[in-house]
Amino acid sequence: MSLIRLAWAFFRIGAMNDLQYRVNFFVQVFQSGLALATGLVGLSLVFDHTSTLGGWTRYELLAVMGVHILMGGLIRTAIQPNMERLMADVQEGTLDYALTKPADSQTLVSVREVRIWQSVDIVMGSIILIFAVAQIQTGVGIGQALAFASALLLGALMIYCFWLMLTTGAFWVIRMENIIELFQGVYQAGRWPVGVYPDWLRTGLTFLVPVAFAVTVPAEAVTSRLTPNTLLGAALLAALLMALTRFVWRRGLRRYSGASA
Amino acid sequence: MLDLYRGSMRLSILENFQYRVANYFYMIGMIAEPVIYLVVWSTVARAQGGSVGGYTPGEFAAYYIVWTLVRNMNIVLTPYAWEFRIQRGRLSGELMRPVHPAHFDLAFFVGWKFVVIIMWLPIAALLILFFQPTLDPTPGGAIGFFIALWGGFLVRFFLLWALGLITFWTTRVSALFELYFTVELLFSGRLVPLSLMPGWAQQLAGWLPFKWAFGFPIETALGRLTSQEIVTGLGMQAVWTLAGLAIVSVVWRAAIRRFSAVGN
Repeated sequence: MSLIRLAWAFFRIGAMNDLQYRVNFFVQVFQSGLALATGLVGLSLVFDHTSTLGGWTRYELLAVMGVHILMGGLIRTAIQPNMERLMADVQEGTLDYALTKPADSQTLVSVREVRIWQSVDIVMGSIILIFAVAQIQTGVGIGQALAFASALLLGALMIYCFWLMLTTGAFWVIRMENIIELFQGVYQAGRWPVGVYPDWLRTGLTFLVPVAFAVTVPAEAVTSRLTPNTLLGAALLAALLMALTRFVWRRGLRRYSGASA
Repeated sequence: MLDLYRGSMRLSILENFQYRVANYFYMIGMIAEPVIYLVVWSTVARAQGGSVGGYTPGEFAAYYIVWTLVRNMNIVLTPYAWEFRIQRGRLSGELMRPVHPAHFDLAFFVGWKFVVIIMWLPIAALLILFFQPTLDPTPGGAIGFFIALWGGFLVRFFLLWALGLITFWTTRVSALFELYFTVELLFSGRLVPLSLMPGWAQQLAGWLPFKWAFGFPIETALGRLTSQEIVTGLGMQAVWTLAGLAIVSVVWRAAIRRFSAVGN
């Protein structure tokens, strides 16, 4: 419970910090708008030339795009800033300050930063998603909504685990900034349902980088494609990844020797 | 002057070979983009009975594999670098030198290109293995491609260098830069081959510089252009390079007059 209070306190401080810079909000809205426009142009170009893509219709793919933007916003608001800070801390030796605090270190490094203006994408993605779903069907059942919410949560958890494990690599190799470029490149693949990719790529996007679980599975939930087995599999994999991340984090900490000496 | 270029280029080659792993991470992240486009459009082509917009899946593969080389060659000094140079007062030192700072940037990036091309080769081999491109270049196309590759680099180098100079007048540049990059993405042939765009967009693209730096070299390599079109395209590259050069020299003179150093 105290961990949730801790996260909330950090969230409030971070949000208040960002809220001082109001103009950044408009810059963010403008940039998100541009990204959205590009996505829509891409989508409409595809559907200028075909009526379905890998069995998905125009509005179903719009729903995928909505989830992709939403999840991207979530990552950039809450996950990425923490991982960037952790990488910088390892490089500069300032991680000592976090480790000496009397809270669980993994939790602490995961909740320290928040970039509130990035949540513009969470709002924008939700709007696209709601619009798309409204075009596909008349109403969303409570079961469907719950399945969507849990798929989204599990997906976010998996992305967090994946990223923390990679970042923990910084304990061994120090220079990891480029994994941000790498992740952002691969995350782009989630804009389309992973079913359109060739097998080897689909496997990579499912298990290596869990983009499939972060975007495609939640989108399946709102387009009546999700089977209970997929959701169960997602829950199992998430649990497994959490445990593995914990293990890797512990091993990494043992490597860390600080830089203050 | 030649010695200056030779020296800066050697320095850049050595420096970038040191950061091989970082360079590779960067390149792999970049490869994701064309692979996504390639898969999506191959799927569309197959669903449409084999080709769309004049491209079969094999030709899409060729387009997007050549894309990766052109994209790497197209990397030039980002306009965001000027924020760093001005805010940290780095520029003061460079202004003390007797030659225009653009020379150093140009030499650095030309040097880097040699590293990039060598590192690109294994990636290209893998992509060819996985995606089976249909590519039969003509001798004329190959020569044209080689020139167009460097021409595209020059076009983009000078235009982005000029764009970066806006930082001298305002510090809120990111919105403007993003707008530029979005227009570039759509009208260069980076998102899709331009023949998939509506007719008006293709016409507009011909009047903008972006296509000449990006889509034109690719189409040249694919043997889709007549020699007449290749010569015209190279001419357009020359025109846009000169235009960029002119903008750079005029704006630069106004820019340094605005500049007041920060820090040391």
